[in-house]
Amino acid sequence: MNNRLIVFFIPAAIVIAYFLMAMIERRVLADSRPTGFVQRNGAALSLFFVVAVGFWTLFMVTLPYLYMFQESFHPTLWPKDRGGPKDTLTLEHYRFFLYGSDGLGNFTHLRAFVLTIFISLCVTIANFILCYPLAYYMAQSATTQKVRVLLLALIVPYWVNEILRAFALRVLLASGGLINTALLGMGLINEPFDFLGANIGLYVGLSYAYLLLMVFPLYNAIESLDPNQIEAARDLGAPWWRIHKDIVIPHAKPGIASGCTMVFMLSAGALAAPQFLGGPKTLWFTSIVYDFFFQSFNWARGSAYALILLAACILFVMLMLRLFKVSLGETIR
Amino acid sequence: MSSKFVMRAMIGFYLVIFFAYLFGPLFFMSVTAFNTPNYPTAYPFEQFTWKWFDALFKDRDMMDGLLNSVIIGLGVVALSVPIGLAASIVMQQIYWRARALYYLVTVSPVLTPGVIIGISTVIFWKDFSEAIGLKPYLYKGIILAIIGQSSFICAYCMLIIMARLQRFDRSQEEAALDLGASYPQVFWHILVPFLKPALLSAAVIAFLSSFENYNTTTFAILADKTLVTVLAGRVRQGTTPALSALAVIIIAISLAGAIVYELLKRREEQRAARAKEQARLAERSGVAAVPALAPAR
Repeated sequence: MNNRLIVFFIPAAIVIAYFLMAMIERRVLADSRPTGFVQRNGAALSLFFVVAVGFWTLFMVTLPYLYMFQESFHPTLWPKDRGGPKDTLTLEHYRFFLYGSDGLGNFTHLRAFVLTIFISLCVTIANFILCYPLAYYMAQSATTQKVRVLLLALIVPYWVNEILRAFALRVLLASGGLINTALLGMGLINEPFDFLGANIGLYVGLSYAYLLLMVFPLYNAIESLDPNQIEAARDLGAPWWRIHKDIVIPHAKPGIASGCTMVFMLSAGALAAPQFLGGPKTLWFTSIVYDFFFQSFNWARGSAYALILLAACILFVMLMLRLFKVSLGETIR
Repeated sequence: MSSKFVMRAMIGFYLVIFFAYLFGPLFFMSVTAFNTPNYPTAYPFEQFTWKWFDALFKDRDMMDGLLNSVIIGLGVVALSVPIGLAASIVMQQIYWRARALYYLVTVSPVLTPGVIIGISTVIFWKDFSEAIGLKPYLYKGIILAIIGQSSFICAYCMLIIMARLQRFDRSQEEAALDLGASYPQVFWHILVPFLKPALLSAAVIAFLSSFENYNTTTFAILADKTLVTVLAGRVRQGTTPALSALAVIIIAISLAGAIVYELLKRREEQRAARAKEQARLAERSGVAAVPALAPAR
């Protein structure tokens, strides 16, 4: 337990450092800020703001992440051994992820990781291609009335739970499901095709679950584009694909970055679709993490794996921001 | 002319495909809720029945889960909306050098997979509640689910409130201060009423996001259950049309909510349009027929 307390010092040190910097700056520039935080909001409100924000940013966000981070460098122990002599820092969980228990290479988990990232990328691209025309149509060509109806039609399925949506696809794609019945009835196939076993269910399920998280950011971004710009380009003789490449897409960059980030992150971290729509042989990375927690009760190793997933997501976000040259503030609004 | 026609046909075709993809699975699932076979079947449609709704309401686990979901949802609203409000105001006033880091920390839960939020919440609060001696009170499924979900729902609330806060007219605040109001009075009598619509929509979004969350909750809920975790267990065991029945109810509620919202919005717009029209007529005739509606100039 004792060596785990170190996580409390990191955020505390950062908060104190910034507080001191602010104090020094205020003393130097005496009258550039006429009122301080407490004077400005009154004692009661200031206390409420600081407590509320402090509780959230420290106890609900930073400390749990940091705690998980350090837990992943501890060995898996029985509760009575925690804090004892066996509780030393170790890289064994990360070593296990790379090399497995026999040192030959943990191909099952590595493959699951690569597969998760690759499929999530494909789902992100597919959803972008699927949603871009709709977002463009709603933002630029449709009448206000039509847009309202379309938005309404988009919002209703959005509030149907992720699991029920996976269930809906399962009803359709199962071997006794509607699609197989239809294909058999038309004589296109002779025996039911195993959509779920072939992972088609999983791919469709992921794309289906996060479709709307791509539509809304794209729509918002394209909607703010002045239609005159498109008109002008058209008058100057630009073909339709150049209008999109040189005008609409550059303008919609923040929306594209936001939609892609959300879809990728949610697909890579999806739990429901792989559990309910994946074939028996599919190993999704989150399912491995889930099993560490609920089947082998190996929290330390689960933390390490969760951290690997988090690192991949952070990397992807940074890549998107770099690729589209937008800031985080533009992406998440 | 003909190329325009082709274009429109293509758009129409695309829209049909898109919405068929979006609604098709939901539609066929809804049909299975009213069909008799034990395995959810849309075709052939044997006989119309309500029995799956009956089975749903008799399902004790689901009803217990529903109660927990509502409790957690209300807890999340009670925690996230005030924190979101505080966080958005702090965002405006924070020491400028700290703002970038503060922004990064506050939006990071939105970009973190829910699974990871759930895991880190459980790991941290297990040891932390033990260290401060409150483990029997804090290390509980419902409490942890509220904390874990709020971790990212607070960020949603903050972003919603911040969007409205940016449109706040500072001159209102200055006027109040000039007239002798104190800053806390400005907060309660001017800022909070101005933010009310944003606070309301933050509360609605917070409740809905909490209610339908699975990834974070499945870890944070420990041995308890919510509607969604019960549902997940059922889907894993096998499929019954009772689940379709539940989906039908959820679809019906969200459809009704969406239609009510649309009607309210339309009525509000009509009222605004009428007011504008009256103001225009009044201006043209040179008399302010309805003084309150005349443009304030």
